[in-house]
Amino acid sequence: MSSPYIPRGREEERRMLAAIGVDSFEDLLRAIPPSLRLPGLLELPGPRSEYEVARHLESLAAVDAGGPGERFFLGGGIYDHWVPAAIDHVASRSEYYTAYTPYQAEVGQATLTAIFEFQSMLAELTKMDLVNASMYDGASALAEAALMAYRVNGRKRILVAGPLHPNYLQVLRTYTRETGIELLVDPAPGGFTDREWVAARLDDSIAALVLQSPNFFGGVEDGEELFAAAGQVGALAIHVFQPHALALYRTPGEMGADIAVAEGQALGSPPSFGGPGLGIFAARRKYARRIPGRLIGETVDRDGKRCFVMTLRTREQDIRRAKATSNICTNQSLLALRATMYLALLGPEGLRETAELCLENAHYARDAVIALDGFSAVHDVPFFREFAVHCPRPAAEIVASARQRGVHPGVDLGRFDSAWNDRLLICCSEKHERRDLDELTAALRAAAEEVAHV
Amino acid sequence: MEFPSDLKYTEEHEWARREGEDFLIGITDYAQSELGDIVFVELPEPGTRVDRGAVFGTIEAVKTVSDLYAPLGGEILEVNTDLADQPEIVNASPYGDGWMIRIKPSDPAEVESLMDADAYRAQVGEDA
Repeated sequence: MSSPYIPRGREEERRMLAAIGVDSFEDLLRAIPPSLRLPGLLELPGPRSEYEVARHLESLAAVDAGGPGERFFLGGGIYDHWVPAAIDHVASRSEYYTAYTPYQAEVGQATLTAIFEFQSMLAELTKMDLVNASMYDGASALAEAALMAYRVNGRKRILVAGPLHPNYLQVLRTYTRETGIELLVDPAPGGFTDREWVAARLDDSIAALVLQSPNFFGGVEDGEELFAAAGQVGALAIHVFQPHALALYRTPGEMGADIAVAEGQALGSPPSFGGPGLGIFAARRKYARRIPGRLIGETVDRDGKRCFVMTLRTREQDIRRAKATSNICTNQSLLALRATMYLALLGPEGLRETAELCLENAHYARDAVIALDGFSAVHDVPFFREFAVHCPRPAAEIVASARQRGVHPGVDLGRFDSAWNDRLLICCSEKHERRDLDELTAALRAAAEEVAHV
Repeated sequence: MEFPSDLKYTEEHEWARREGEDFLIGITDYAQSELGDIVFVELPEPGTRVDRGAVFGTIEAVKTVSDLYAPLGGEILEVNTDLADQPEIVNASPYGDGWMIRIKPSDPAEVESLMDADAYRAQVGEDA
């Protein structure tokens, strides 16, 4: 008896194994060394009814969305901005609601039009010549940028300037580990690029210089001098940016970056427990044939009508195998669509107002937080919407206590490095009103006092 | 399908034509026909040295990308810069204006090991 959820029973399995001349399913896995295999079964809870599972998912969703009155000050790579209702409505239309570009891409002109608009808007925002059809997330976009630099100049060292998000660094290490590429990582003690440290290492052995700004701790640094210095020695300049920040600060194109990458989730998609993400990848025109992923191009059909085609597909891995420009053979269409609608709905003015509110709220909050007993700023640098503070007690305890009051006060940086156990990374957005910021301060004060009395 | 008798051919569908001391290199009529509409040809900088059989560039069609292999080792003296803006010349004139590189062979005797027109025609399965 077949089930809609269970593709095969014992009898089907026996017949399939007999057909290929194998005794048991285990025999098929014999080529995998035992050290790489999971001993026993996954530790999963037992079966539950559909209703029980629905209740469980509801409770998870409630945490993610925040119960009534909960306040979120979490950033650290994924950001909580207002998502206009029109986005969910349009994105869930059946013409669009697939995560993938159709296999015969040109049949889906609506999808290609949306991706073309995505590329065009992001090119305008970044002031870069071209933007690809999107990648999996910001971290993998950075890793792809590093590999591209290696393909362009054949050099095997990547120089990371300033504080880069530790997760991005981890992904960069994973992508480059088997390539022989060496990573040189600025310790950046001041929360900014250590310019002397970088200058001492920036020579003609460097494939690319990477600068994240706003950086992991929220600091905003101008990249023009660093990028020019990289260009002097033939290294590519890679700017890891944040889309909202470009409404207020100089863009990667204006600062002379060769490649610009970002996490685009904040443009119209919710935090969703940290994903899915949207990788934005932009480059200068002269590198058009070197970029990973695909581009949507505008052309005319045989009747002379405007239409869109997918280009550079031929350089992807399913066709070029080992010689592919990257191992991505798709893009992140659904989130790219949401980002496109977000930018269209807000417009340049709306994006700027949103960014200004983030900036104002973050500065108000920081002044108030560091005025509290026991709290102090970790760095003294210009920042956009995030800032790190030292707490009087381990940040994990502060977070746990504040959450009892319905306030998620920030990211405990001890999660990334035990030397940062007392650091809290606080993020503000346009969603916060003055009273929310005052609640943050009150929750932190109470958390510090409560913990102190234990 | 043309197989000019004054050219030498490789198994990877490149041709070589002697011009004085040098050789012009391109891809065959059969190759351009199999690739279809050519949209991009990536060629090296003049002055680059290549070994015989090494990849000297890539050719991109609508549906695929192929490597270009050097029939002879030597120094690349000149590349066909017209192909940068008009790669479709390779489709229109694979043995003429669609040439790709001019090479100065380090060992001119290597050319003797390449196929002649009849051998190449037989390889691609075209009846004489």
